[in-house]
Formats: sequence, C-alpha cells, structure tokens
Amino acid sequence: MKQIKIDPITRLEGHGKIDIFLNDDGEVANTYFQIPELRGFEQFCVGRPVEEMPRITTRICGVCPEAHHMASAKACDAVFHVQIPPTAKKLRELLYNVFFAGDHTTHFYALGGPDFVVGPDAPAAERNILGVVKKVGLEIGGKVIEMRKRTQAVIKTLGGKQTHQVTSMPGGVSRGITEEERKEIEEHCKWFVDFGKFTIKIFNDIVLANQGYVDLILSDTFSSKIYSMGLVDEKNRVNFYDGKVRVVDPDGKEFVKYSPNEYLENVAEHVEPWTYLKFPFLKKVGWKGFMEGKDSGVYRATPLSRLNAADGMPTPAAQEEYDCMYKTLGGKPVHATLATHWARIIELLSAAEMALDLSRDPEITGTNIRTIPTETPTEGVGIVEAPRGTLTHHYTTDERGILTKVNLIVGTTNNYAPISMSINKAARGLIKKGVEVTEGTLNKIEMAFRAYDPCFGCATHYMPGKMPMEVRIFDSSGNIIDIVQRG
Amino acid sequence: MAKPKLALYWAASCGGCEIAVLDLHEKILDVANAFDIVFWPVAMDFKYADVRAMEDKSIDICLFNGAIRNSENEELAHLMRAKSKVLVAFGSCAYEGGIPGLANLTTKEEIFKWVYRDSPSTIVTNGGVYPQTHTKMPEGEIEIPEMYEVVKSLDQVVAVEYYIPGCPPQPKQIWSVIEYILSGQPLPPAGSILGAGDKTCCDECPLEKKEKKLKNFYRPYEIIPDPNLCLLDQGIVCMGPATRSGCEALCPKANMACRGCYGPPPNCLDQGAKMVSALGSVIDAHEPEELDKIFDQIVDPIGTFYTFSLPHSILRRKQQ
Repeated sequence: MKQIKIDPITRLEGHGKIDIFLNDDGEVANTYFQIPELRGFEQFCVGRPVEEMPRITTRICGVCPEAHHMASAKACDAVFHVQIPPTAKKLRELLYNVFFAGDHTTHFYALGGPDFVVGPDAPAAERNILGVVKKVGLEIGGKVIEMRKRTQAVIKTLGGKQTHQVTSMPGGVSRGITEEERKEIEEHCKWFVDFGKFTIKIFNDIVLANQGYVDLILSDTFSSKIYSMGLVDEKNRVNFYDGKVRVVDPDGKEFVKYSPNEYLENVAEHVEPWTYLKFPFLKKVGWKGFMEGKDSGVYRATPLSRLNAADGMPTPAAQEEYDCMYKTLGGKPVHATLATHWARIIELLSAAEMALDLSRDPEITGTNIRTIPTETPTEGVGIVEAPRGTLTHHYTTDERGILTKVNLIVGTTNNYAPISMSINKAARGLIKKGVEVTEGTLNKIEMAFRAYDPCFGCATHYMPGKMPMEVRIFDSSGNIIDIVQRG
Repeated sequence: MAKPKLALYWAASCGGCEIAVLDLHEKILDVANAFDIVFWPVAMDFKYADVRAMEDKSIDICLFNGAIRNSENEELAHLMRAKSKVLVAFGSCAYEGGIPGLANLTTKEEIFKWVYRDSPSTIVTNGGVYPQTHTKMPEGEIEIPEMYEVVKSLDQVVAVEYYIPGCPPQPKQIWSVIEYILSGQPLPPAGSILGAGDKTCCDECPLEKKEKKLKNFYRPYEIIPDPNLCLLDQGIVCMGPATRSGCEALCPKANMACRGCYGPPPNCLDQGAKMVSALGSVIDAHEPEELDKIFDQIVDPIGTFYTFSLPHSILRRKQQ
C-alpha cells in the first residue's frame, strides 16, 4: 500500500490534510480529508448571557464574521420572541448583502478565479491574483482592492467595526444611519453593481468562450450528484438573510422546505474518529457513508446548491445570468462542482443589486431600530446563508437569558462530506497506474475542493490561487520513494 | 542592505488578524516591498520544512496570532521562537488567549462530550468514540494533532518580545507599527505593548461622561441608551475604564459597550480586577447588602470582565 500525503493544503481551523492511499496496482484505494482543530465554542458559550452571542460568535471566523453576527442576532430575536422593526431588518440585510458581494469578489479573483483566468495547467507561479491581473489588465488589481476597500467601509459604518461587527443585537440594531451616510452607501452600491456586471463579463470572455474550460467544468471527474440546499424567500427565490431552507433532490425536485426551528428534524451530524469536524447529512434520508445519489443523505450548501434549490434570483440582472447558466450547462439542477464559481459571481451581482435597492429604500434611514424584548427568553434558532453554506445557530437559555445549550452547524461544515467525496473522485480520476503525479495533478485535485471556497481557515480567500503541497509517496514498507513538492 | 525578513503565523485563531493586515489595502504592497516575507501561510508559499531548515534567529520579525490550543500550535510556537529575532504576539488571542480562551471555563472532556455525543444534531455511532490523535484505517494509520486541556497565550509557551493588542488589531495601528519599524528607530524595550495607546478606552471615547452614581445595571437589550452619553453612566457595563486605548472607541461609537479587546491599560496586570475596582468606585451603595444586590445585576462577571483575557489573567482557568 502506498500513501500520498497532501499536508498542508490550506488552513482549516489549523490546516487541512489529505491522505491518499494507493493500492498495489497504483490506483487510489481511499482518501481522507482531515480537520485538525476544534475550539469548542458550543460548550464554552454555555453560561454566557445570550445577548453577547452576536459579539462572541463573530470570532468563529474572521473572514465571515458577518454571517455569524447575523445568524446569532436572529437566534437571539427568536430566543426573546421579538419582532424587529422593519428598518432594523433592512439595515441588517443591507450590511449582509454588501458583505456577500465583497466576500464573493475576493474568492473569485484571488482564490478560485486564477485556475480559470490563468488556466489550471499554468505554472504555479502565475496561477494567482497577480497572474489574473497580468491576464486581464492592470486596472483589475486596483478594482479588486477598491471593491474590498468600499465594502469594508460600508460594513464599518453599518456594523461598527469592519471585522467583528457589533451592531446587531436582540430586538434590532444599535445604530441607524443618517441621510448623508445613506447617500454614501448608495454611491458605493452603484459601484458594486457595475463591478458585478464587469465580473460576469470577465467570466464570459475568458471562461465560457473557452470550450476546454466548459468541458472541464462539465467533466465527470468534477461532478457530484447529490442533494442541494439553500435559503429561499416566499417566492422560492435565493435569499441570503432570511426565509426557509429548501432542499432539492439530485433530480431537482423539492425534497423538503423547512423553517429554522425545524432544522433538527431535517439535519443531523455524523462523527468519525479520524477528524475533529462532523459530517452533516439529511436526517430523513440517513447517513450512508460518502455516497452520491438519492439514497444518501449527503447534501451541498454552496452558491451552486442555492441556485439549484431556488426557482430564481430576487433581482433582474442576476436573474438573466441565472437563466443563462442553466441554459449553457444543460438545465437544472447542475451537479458540476466547478460551476460553483459561476454561481458565485451570479450571487455577487444579486447581492450588489439587493444592496442598491435597500440603500434606496425610504425606510432605511428610519429611527425606530430597536424593539425591547418583554417576553421571557427560552429557545431560538437563527439561520442565514453564509457565503459558504447554510449557517444555523440554535440557543437555549434559562429564564434570565443565560445560555444552557448552544448548537451550531456552520457554513463549510455542511460541505465536509461533499468536499471529501469531490477530492476522492478527482484523485481517482487523475491518479492512475504509471502516470506521474505532477504539480498539475495536485492542482486539479485542489480545484475539486477550492470550488467550495472552504472556510475552514477562512482567510483562505486571499491565498494567491495555489496552496502549497507536498505529496509523499510511500512504498509498502513505509519508505519514501518519491516526493512531489510545490509551493 | 538586505530587506528585513518578516514572517506571519496563525495558531488557534479565526483569521480576523490576517484580514486586519489585508485591510491595509494598497499599503499591503508597501509591506511586500519593504520586507522579505519568508513565511505567511495565508498568502505565500510555505512549507514547515523550509522554516525548520532556516538558521536560528534568521527571521527578523515574526507576527504570531492565535492562541495555543493544540500540539501543532505549540510546536509552531517553539519553531517560530527559535527562528525569529523578534517574536510579536499579534492580536488578542496570542496576547491574552482571546475569546477561544473562554474555553478555560470548561474542560476538554465537557467540550468533546457535547460536540461528539450530546448535541441535539449529533448521531452517536461506534459507541460515541471521540476523535483520536491516531486512527488505524483499513489502508493505514492517519493522525491529527492533540487538543490540549487548557488554552494558553503565546507568552505562556515561549518568550515574547512585544504585544500588539486588539481583536483584531486596527489596520491603522498595524500600519503605525510597520512605519516605526521601517523608520529604523531603536526598538522599544522587550515586553512593550505596540500599536496601542497608553491611556484607557474612555480617554478616546467621545461619549459625554458625568459623575457616576450607579444604582442599577442594565443588559444591553433592556434599554435604548442616549447615543451621546457614556454607556456606563447609563448603567450598561462597559469595559472602557479597564481597557487600553488604541481602537478609537469603535464599539461605544456604535452604541455598544466596550468588551475589552485591547487588553488591560498600562500598569495593570489583570483586566477583570481593574474593572471590579472601577465599578466599586461608581456603584452608589452604602451597605454591603445593597452593593451585592447591585453587583448581582451583572449576570456573567467572569465572561464579561475577561472576555478576551482569561488565559492571561490571574485566574487563568476554572479549577478542576
């Protein structure tokens, strides 16, 4: 038995590790994708006042603190049985959509995009954000930096801090905006919409115009026929902040649509002894191992799965792109993992359009932004879509609002089984007897999970399009017979 | 002259410190020009083996963020210490343990028991086996690091020259430290706090303060405070008096109380003790019973006074 280790691939609350075992014929026997760290938020938050959670749980992730801030605030609203004023909801949604646009931007340009824009087989040294700049022009680098700068500025205004926001709290938000601030935000949002359209154009010109890329996207090596999950509004359109969780089966048929407080009937988690992360699955289907298909409870919660699970986008320009994607890729649902990149930039555009609409909403400068809870706190669930998947916060408190139980199912965690399966499938498709394992092979295996934008160590976004790897090939006695390094 | 060598590393953290560095925006290019960045897992090529092969003390400055939570964090702390002339605890977690340090109020067994057995979404199989550092699979053995019982700050594991506080450190402050280093001025004495002020958060807070006489404390959701007046004056526990200046009072400016992420102010070892003493002087009570009654309105004193600093405080952790 030979063993190939990919260590570290990238940071995954620590860093991730892939072990690939080969059989005596030199073919892949199995792969293991391990998560080496646990911090224990669910347990150490017990005993804390529930209203602190929107500020504590931001520290689960420094790249997507907004997602935890919002899911937590919504769980708090539910714990206190309080309806927040419309202005407060709109302010939260505005912040959240701006965050989505910024977050998807950095993934597309710095992490996922380089594989396509520069090319999956390009030299590693060029397969990064600088390579993207070289290929599409210098001004692009400046634009991406400006996009981050502008989104961070809006988030700081609305959230109090650009990283680890503080303003969402049980019953609403702590701070409203003035007309002057609104105008500034509206200007930023116009810029975001233009940037979204520009990004779609780059994708059309560089990726879709290249048949080789389209073939790669649609190849079986990068396909997973599993359930798709995503939050939808009352018209079954994609929504990031609010709504019901809809799951469609591998044929695209609605399997279930559930409210946040029904999540435990629908999602459960499987434990394996070789990793610190659990594997969520659809409870009504059951855990059947790392299997595709209708009989396996494995599901995805990604930009692609959100589009699969919805009937459309909530905004016009994004809807056009949504129709175009499904037309090009042969109808719904799409199971091509690499199409996640396409779905992501459609979401980017939609988030920008939503933010612009909200910035022009007459209620957005309202001063009624808090409802003071009057009922005894008990239990509540808050769900939002994090950029990397459906995010569930579930709190139970005593009558003083002190936490007695905390359960979290975090964005990327949903995708732990599908990512593991995508890696396995890519490895099986790419590593064959007598074929040399090259740097390009490793990159293509990486591409299988990079499409998920794994947020195990969230700042992964900013990796310049390649992850350092070392593959060690062992003979059956445990001696290293070959080392492939890159990075 | 060769450029100074810079390394950045993360241990048990959230990635927010890295984002704070990236929030330098276009100035990040100046950093890349001024330093030879030899190790930065988030943004650069790296291999642990490459760092091990470097000569001792060959890295000029290492900015280390994250707490020490498992065997891998500890190994990297020792490695970066050996290879670096100047090791900086960057951000609340490396400096004081940070929010992950609240885990010192519980135990590893309690965490495992909840996460892998008792949580309502967890399905127990294989008799409820916890993650193991070594697992024999049909194809061979695979490993993961060992999670420790106690969360530690960086300086509880290795010697540290400087501290940059904040959760995360504010980009402006990070830039001021970088500018100082690049100016070639002599570095301050070891043990110094960099990238922060030498007063308290209250000193840079614009909210109007009056003489405090508190009869009641309120939880943040219970009242709508006047946005122009000191939050503590209005009865909301604000860590401002026990927190170092440096962030420009971002949270109070957003009508939310300070939670102390910039750590204790100068000449103060324990942030929580400082806060208790600050509160003691503003509570309007004449009898011990009355004082107790008012103080009892603060429902989670440890979690509130030590949100970011428990591992580094005199309490450190819950007694077994």
